Amino acid sequence: MRISVEEVYETVRMTLDHHFDIRTVTLGINLKDCIDRDIAPLTQRVRERIVEKGQLLNRCADLIVQKYGIPITNRRIAVTPASLLLEPLPKTKATVVRFARALDAAARKADIDFLGGFGAMVQKGTTAAEENLIDAIPEALSKTQRICGFLNLASTHAGINMNAVAKMGHILKDLAGRSENGIGCAKIAVFANVPEDNPFMAGAHHGIGEPDYSLNIGISGPGVVRNIVAKNPDCDLTQLSEVIKRTVFKITRAGELIGREMAGLMGVPFGIVDISLAPTTSTGDSVAEIIEAMGVGQIGSPGSTAALALLIDAVKKGGAMASGNVGGLSGTFIPVSEDEGMIRAVRDGTLSLEKLEALTSVCSVGLDMFAVPGDTPPEIISGIIADELSIGVANNKTTSVRIIPAPGRKAGDILHFGGLLGSAPVMKVPGVSTCRFVQRRGRMPSPILSLRN
Amino acid sequence: MAQEKASQICIVTVTGVDKVGIVAKLATVMARANINIVDINQKILEDTFVMTMAVDVAEAAIGMDKIKTHLDRVGKDMALKITIQDENIFKAMHRV
Repeated sequence: MRISVEEVYETVRMTLDHHFDIRTVTLGINLKDCIDRDIAPLTQRVRERIVEKGQLLNRCADLIVQKYGIPITNRRIAVTPASLLLEPLPKTKATVVRFARALDAAARKADIDFLGGFGAMVQKGTTAAEENLIDAIPEALSKTQRICGFLNLASTHAGINMNAVAKMGHILKDLAGRSENGIGCAKIAVFANVPEDNPFMAGAHHGIGEPDYSLNIGISGPGVVRNIVAKNPDCDLTQLSEVIKRTVFKITRAGELIGREMAGLMGVPFGIVDISLAPTTSTGDSVAEIIEAMGVGQIGSPGSTAALALLIDAVKKGGAMASGNVGGLSGTFIPVSEDEGMIRAVRDGTLSLEKLEALTSVCSVGLDMFAVPGDTPPEIISGIIADELSIGVANNKTTSVRIIPAPGRKAGDILHFGGLLGSAPVMKVPGVSTCRFVQRRGRMPSPILSLRN
Repeated sequence: MAQEKASQICIVTVTGVDKVGIVAKLATVMARANINIVDINQKILEDTFVMTMAVDVAEAAIGMDKIKTHLDRVGKDMALKITIQDENIFKAMHRV
């Protein structure tokens, strides 16, 4: 049966009027076979591979956009965690920075805006090479433009590496101090239970369980979901879940088709479709506004957590029906600075850091793109990280933190980052100025997985 | 038995305000590019004129980028939004 005018119009409106896009096609690249005891041959092999595959990724993405008329907003690369590649090399900051610069140069040459994987898996403990990489993060990320970092500091199986969590408070403050408004910190996320196939930055990396290449795709349509929710103002919540499921089914199918065809064109295996709802600062492309269209006055007010739980459950059900390859983060992103509704709610005082944390217990990505005062002590930043990661560890899910301690700024100030990164009202951090709990260090044991109340 | 030629169906979608000459102008673009028109439908949806045209681009004399340029020009001249997309995207989204 040929497609009807109504069906065509529904799809065309999704892209023309409701910002439906393929948010990212991310090529995962294994670099383990590039490892060398000398940095020169390592960087040369890595550079050649990234440039070749990055250029191919861009060419193929252009062809697919022309064919299907669905925009592909970002083309990105994720590589094997850099700490593995640096294991046999001298444990000096200079080595790490030189490697980061080589990755950066390769990404620039291939015209790839962000390359992820500059990080390490340290949930249980830290090797000397990993320790060295973490120490070099402020310098490496401030001397490069396109490199994104990640660290997995915790997992349900290992618990939380509090030595690394305690260190990250200092590292992030150092990194923030090297850039205007602390924006350098937008390029690094710390995780509990990090997925190996997440296509979204800053946390993307090509995990050690992945094949040589893997084409992962992130779809996004908060505007589409908001539109369908707004069109159903009076239905009950069971019916609301149904209409969200149906809509997400459709956009996931589009992502699946485009991902498969991209992978086929490139001659690489198709990995996953990440069905996360990822907002942008464009008007109408907001997750907070979906929650508000569901009937919660403003995100952050009572009812928000329940509404978000319903939303993400419906998104997962619709997505899982549409594709057998759903993976990555596949939750709802609620970054403060990148979502107009979130920015508004923080500015109006409806959304606090505490409520933001509560919201992340039902959606997948954690505390994202939020600013705190520049004088927030490192132990308190580590405390915020520990709180968020324990939500992930205890609930067997991914959580992450991307925090911006804005130098010289205080609660209530507004930071303007520009472009995709939007703007962030600096949030108040409650409580005292030290956290003895963090200073104890050690490893928080993995949680018991029975007696689940 | 005659072998059927492979076809590649795309859907041209026109949205905006109905006026004289839309089909004529699109048909001219398609004929010049050696693209066969397979089917045309139109409706008023949510107060907007929507026309879909299924075309076979398998034997097209020009690439998708050029077809798009021509369609954009028609769209600009007639104050319409015109898109062209491979039919498979609609099948994927609307057929289980």
